[in-house]
Amino acid sequence: MSGRIFLFGNDIDTDQLAPGLYMKGGIAELAAHCLEGVRPDFASSVRPGDIVVAGTNFGMGSSREQAAEALKHLGVAGVVALSFAGIFYRNAINLGLPVLVAHSIDGIGDGDVASLDIDAGLLNLPAKERTIRLERLPDNLKAMLADGGLVPHLKKRFAAERDKEHGRCA
Amino acid sequence: MMAATIPTTLATSTTLAQKILARAAGRDHVTPGEIVTATVDLAMIHDSGGPRRVEPILRELGVGLWDADKVVLISDHFVPGDTDEGARILDLTRQWAKERKVAFHDGEGICHVVLPERGHLNPGMLVVGGDSHSPTGGAFGAYMFGVGATEMAGVLATGEIWLKVPETILIEWRGRLADGVTAKDIMLALCGRLGMDGGRYQAVEYTGEAIAALSMQERMTLSNMAAELGGQAGLIAPDATTAAYLEAAGVVLSPDDWTWLKTDPGAPLMAHHAFDAGALEPQVAAPHSPANSGPVTDAADTAIDVAYVGACTGAKYEDLKNAARILQGRKVASGVDLMVAPASLRDQERAARDGILTVLEEAGARFLPNACGICAGYGQHRLGEDVTCISSTARNFKGRMGAASSKVWLGSPLTVAASAVAGRIADPRAFLDSDGRRA
Repeated sequence: MSGRIFLFGNDIDTDQLAPGLYMKGGIAELAAHCLEGVRPDFASSVRPGDIVVAGTNFGMGSSREQAAEALKHLGVAGVVALSFAGIFYRNAINLGLPVLVAHSIDGIGDGDVASLDIDAGLLNLPAKERTIRLERLPDNLKAMLADGGLVPHLKKRFAAERDKEHGRCA
Repeated sequence: MMAATIPTTLATSTTLAQKILARAAGRDHVTPGEIVTATVDLAMIHDSGGPRRVEPILRELGVGLWDADKVVLISDHFVPGDTDEGARILDLTRQWAKERKVAFHDGEGICHVVLPERGHLNPGMLVVGGDSHSPTGGAFGAYMFGVGATEMAGVLATGEIWLKVPETILIEWRGRLADGVTAKDIMLALCGRLGMDGGRYQAVEYTGEAIAALSMQERMTLSNMAAELGGQAGLIAPDATTAAYLEAAGVVLSPDDWTWLKTDPGAPLMAHHAFDAGALEPQVAAPHSPANSGPVTDAADTAIDVAYVGACTGAKYEDLKNAARILQGRKVASGVDLMVAPASLRDQERAARDGILTVLEEAGARFLPNACGICAGYGQHRLGEDVTCISSTARNFKGRMGAASSKVWLGSPLTVAASAVAGRIADPRAFLDSDGRRA
């Protein structure tokens, strides 16, 4: 699936991604205000399959996973950044939102059409005839993303454990 | 051939972080960079990311808590429930505590302060907290870090978590801090020097004479704000000060419980930064990042509307005591709103007994409940349009504490109190008598 690039700078924090004022409401309300402080039209214009590209330390700040959940809710296919804040990075994987580290984002323009190959760790920009190499994810995280996040991953594990027990009893 | 027979565990010096994580992973040795699955000793959750977020996931998974005795729930983010939705969230939190039979501290203060105060933390533990300032536990020699609600639900279901064994950034402060300079000033200076991704999710470890001289509450401020450096954990090797604090909280330790918790000479470090504590001046961070820090003298004369003494990094007993040193016999400037939200009920009661609260009240402060208050931006006391505030909190992101047009400066409780009196950002050293009369 391909989408458009939404380009951001460094240090996008969790209070921008999930503003505290809307934390009491549901994810739909919160997502409607996602990043409004830095880009007021983001939530209304982003479409499923679009890709967020940013500079360093994306997701710094709070442990509120709604920061990643809001992007997922809006249909963002993944976030590519020069670096991520640790808790945000874990939250995104746990929620099934792909997050990939790029060593350079030079030449990536806002609005460029692109597609993300998570398994190979590539961001393809066909119009520019460019492919940007991304850091490959560790195997444990790749497995979790492939399952759709931590909850489906654990469901699978618990089901396997139950099957094993039943097998033993039979 | 001979070299291969030497056990690597004897030949290898390791960091404090490696020692804790090796134990938690059930291994003799772990190497920075490797991914391990570790057993969690304790999980701390609060009203915002806790029951309302984890219970639906536990139901979906069809499992209960892995060990109710290892879960501590604290209400602090939506306390005092001054909005309908906040009150509903608190009700749900209280109900869950009863049903799941976990230790519950309701309205007793901010989770990071209450957890050690009530004796839940031991040196050497691996602890996860549902809040980004969870590295606070590192002040007690616990490897503690923050996770989101889904990951917390996974821990509550399994008692396990994966970690990438971190490299360590050693931050050494030599010498002694001058009067009027505190742990918050150390942290703001570090945020400015190293930047907010200066830690890159490594383990930050604080060491040196100036750190050893700090009280536990001051050390907690350092560990807490390892989050602002981008570290996963903010560790301080336990010592007699740690043991004495914990003993007062009901945790009796023998030296064998903590003397092994230290970084060996020659252990692999990613970086070693050394600073001169004696040369440090009081710091403030300009809006909208803790990394925008510099000496308070550079920002002096910035007019303020609100002064806030609050949060886990700025309203503990010693923070209140520091604010009172400045406010003793003085008045808050006309037009300035000084709000104080003591970080815990116990600290508030102690400050009341010592006459500290009276000092603050007579100076013109008004009190908010023992909770996260305006730091988290969830309740009613949010900053209005174009308000300029100086705050003892950890974070001054745009719009966090109120309107996007509000501006938050960060400073130590001493600096916040001095600024409240002056009506503008002020150097606290000018308010401290050299003869120590206000000490």
